[in-house]
Amino acid sequence: MLAQQLINGVSVGGVYSLLATGYALIYSLLGFSNWAHGEVAMLGAYIAVMSVVTVKMPFIPALVLAVTGAALISFVNERVFYRRIRSNNSPTMFLMIAAMGLSTTYKNLIVVLVGPKFKYFPSILTVESMEFFGLTVGVLDIISIIVSIIAIFFLDFLIYHTKFGLGVRACASDSTTSELLGVNVNRYILIVFLLAGALAGCAGVLLGMKYTVYPSLGNVALKAFIASVFGGLGSIRGAVLGAFTIGILETLVSAYISSGLRDLFTFGLLVAILLLRPEGLLGKSVEQKS
Amino acid sequence: MSDYTQGVVILICVNAIAVAGVSVLTGFTRLFSFGNGGFMAIGAYTSAILTKVYGAPLALSMPLGMACAGAAAWLIGKLTLRLKGDYFLITTLGFGECIRVALEYAYKLTGGPRGYSNIPHYTNAYLAVGLLIVSLIVARNFIQSKYGWHFMAIREQEVAAEAVGVDTAKYKLMSFVFSAVYAGCAGVLFAHYLRFIAPNMFNLEKSAEWTITVVIGGLGSLSGSVISSVILTLLPEVFRGLAEYRMLVYGAAVVLIIMLRPNGLMGYRELSSFFPALFRKSRSDREEEAR
Repeated sequence: MLAQQLINGVSVGGVYSLLATGYALIYSLLGFSNWAHGEVAMLGAYIAVMSVVTVKMPFIPALVLAVTGAALISFVNERVFYRRIRSNNSPTMFLMIAAMGLSTTYKNLIVVLVGPKFKYFPSILTVESMEFFGLTVGVLDIISIIVSIIAIFFLDFLIYHTKFGLGVRACASDSTTSELLGVNVNRYILIVFLLAGALAGCAGVLLGMKYTVYPSLGNVALKAFIASVFGGLGSIRGAVLGAFTIGILETLVSAYISSGLRDLFTFGLLVAILLLRPEGLLGKSVEQKS
Repeated sequence: MSDYTQGVVILICVNAIAVAGVSVLTGFTRLFSFGNGGFMAIGAYTSAILTKVYGAPLALSMPLGMACAGAAAWLIGKLTLRLKGDYFLITTLGFGECIRVALEYAYKLTGGPRGYSNIPHYTNAYLAVGLLIVSLIVARNFIQSKYGWHFMAIREQEVAAEAVGVDTAKYKLMSFVFSAVYAGCAGVLFAHYLRFIAPNMFNLEKSAEWTITVVIGGLGSLSGSVISSVILTLLPEVFRGLAEYRMLVYGAAVVLIIMLRPNGLMGYRELSSFFPALFRKSRSDREEEAR
């Protein structure tokens, strides 16, 4: 029973980590929390579900389409909106407000265009389960775990072991100096948005398959945001750690205490970590960043 | 006044009071809170339970509702306002959600997710308008007081404000508690008007809507925020058929305003600067002339 809950927790944590790393990447470069990130995942889920249900596309191309679409939406957010606001020399809070506006816009755009009703993926994978050393595990959970682990290792390799990653880390640590040294900061930011969007699209499809697809699906990303705060805003490895902690905590609380109190525990954990270690598990000191 | 008109007037006042609080917090202190819906819930539930279960008069339950909201804000602010903007924001968001979950869970006291009904009907349009006027006068005087100047110093340059001796943590806390008390007041009015409240009426979207209203009206303009809350409450009533586009338009409007005219409709100006003859000169105007 416990082992089964742990697997569920890891699978939920895996999906959170896909989103949490996106928050961390964008925060580390731009220093603001991208509230529209959850909606990018939601739009990805809609692209997938519409192409499977309405266009009768096979699942894999639909997934590819969803990931590409989400990446492009994230790209547009940066290229059209955030870059303009940054070039106005506005305070960072304006980026956050704009992201909140974008999030509201996307949510309600879907309500108006597609309707507020829940959409379902045809249950090819969603209900199947397998036996594993005496444990019954949903195929979807296994897929979530595999996809997220691949994505995490890919991202970790990209950020910490390639020249591109070096550039991203340089921009994150000091964008002005990087720019002076000839790094094209805006291009790095764009690529990071593409990357974060693709990961969010992936997470959106997985979430949509696990639950259903609905306009406020993006609210799930709040948990991922908490995960990235928990791990230390702007730290990618911290975000992954936070995501798995929160995923496991949530499933254990729902299983053994009460599913109604699940969110209370998550937010309680957030407040506790902010009080005990405000910079998060792996973050830089908060005082320094002001 | 017909019931319908009275209802619209009350709703406008409820929103405008809460928005005035958010205006002080976001427009003047540049703090961003997603928890004000939670404070509204605290005010609404406190007053509803006090009047219904204990038979308390509104004159007692309203200050208590506002005090509870303020006390909750004080506690949260004390814990988190030392931290940077994003951490504060996420804690307020977490707090708002926690209040909702806690209200749903404590169903014996609050009626749970299905809501709390049969609240005594105390709110009428005259009371609502009266309270709105009083709270606007208080807010205006507050932001023109010494405290308000400290808020604006924090808004413009927090580090510099700190360097010249403004106790930023203290004034941020003050501004946060102020906005929570206003949200609590709006909650009390709302509960005794609708006579039915449910936890999901005070969710994240409510807090986001108020922040959106302040941004549209103008960050740093109290009268702009209030005007925009009146317009934004009236619009869906006038154009009933377009109600489903309401939030879409709000969202898009915020993005456009932040991109193109970041100071909102009114900028940093107040209504009085357009009709100087009608208003006694405010301290800010005098300062402006002195320059």
